[in-house]
Amino acid sequence: MRFGVVVFPGSNCDADCYHVIDKVLAEPVEYLWHGDRDLKEVDCVILPGGFSYGDYLRVGAIARFSPVMEKVLEHAAGGGLVIGICNGFQILTEVGLLPGALVRNPSLKFQCHNTRLRVERNDLPFTSLYKKKEIVEIPIAHGEGSFVADEETLELLEKENRVVFRYCDENGEINGISNPNGSLNNIAGICNEKGNVLGMMPHPERCAEEILGGLDGEILFRSLAGWRQGGDVA
Amino acid sequence: MFKAVVTITFKKNILDPQGSAVHKALHSLGYPEVSDVRVGKHIEVVMDVDSDEIAHKRIEEMCTKLLANPVIEDYQINVAVVE
Repeated sequence: MRFGVVVFPGSNCDADCYHVIDKVLAEPVEYLWHGDRDLKEVDCVILPGGFSYGDYLRVGAIARFSPVMEKVLEHAAGGGLVIGICNGFQILTEVGLLPGALVRNPSLKFQCHNTRLRVERNDLPFTSLYKKKEIVEIPIAHGEGSFVADEETLELLEKENRVVFRYCDENGEINGISNPNGSLNNIAGICNEKGNVLGMMPHPERCAEEILGGLDGEILFRSLAGWRQGGDVA
Repeated sequence: MFKAVVTITFKKNILDPQGSAVHKALHSLGYPEVSDVRVGKHIEVVMDVDSDEIAHKRIEEMCTKLLANPVIEDYQINVAVVE
């Protein structure tokens, strides 16, 4: 599995993602410059966290028009894997690969702390090594992470089983207290219809080594790396 | 030259936490009559085009492509002639 990490002006988790893939997984990884229309033949594109284009106008609004995004759209349309983390998730909604939008946290605060998530599906390339309904701990770090969508879209996401991660409490219960940012239905991550595009607000790359306090995020990257071996883990 | 003023606000069904915070602040400043506050964006776009009609058409396009996100935002456009 060859990974590519897109670098936008203002990305600040690109090096973390690169590090996890290169040093922790020891898998091939390339940086993909936002201004190039070249994905360097990678299998999985990562849109990292950060503040692309300074979050000007709206989060992710300007990044979606980067030349590299034309290729990311083609890659996704052909079934290629794409994961957007935090700002990457925001970009995926702006470009239309995922529905809904991420808006300002009701607290008006930049929230930077660990959250518990319930893994709703483990039949995806991104989550194959998690157990179904497993409770994991992955940090969030965002000011605009409140997931919103109209009622129809929300119903569709639930009906098609496209919610991949949900904020939960220590027992896996989905409730208001465990929801850090007012996201509808406690949504922390969703996928597209085909399941090859994932967007999530929490940062798996920040908990992929024991020294950083946990390995729950590493499982996601390992799931992806292992996907090439045979694929069908559903 | 034409100047388009675009006003962007959250759709009614989208929570506007900034608006709520300002709303509360106005109440505590002694304005109990305030019943709702929405915080939005004001964008001025000056265009070198030949007619009001073209200005409208172009700014509408800019709104749907970039300036507003139809999932969460509504927008209003005002176009005027400028020197």
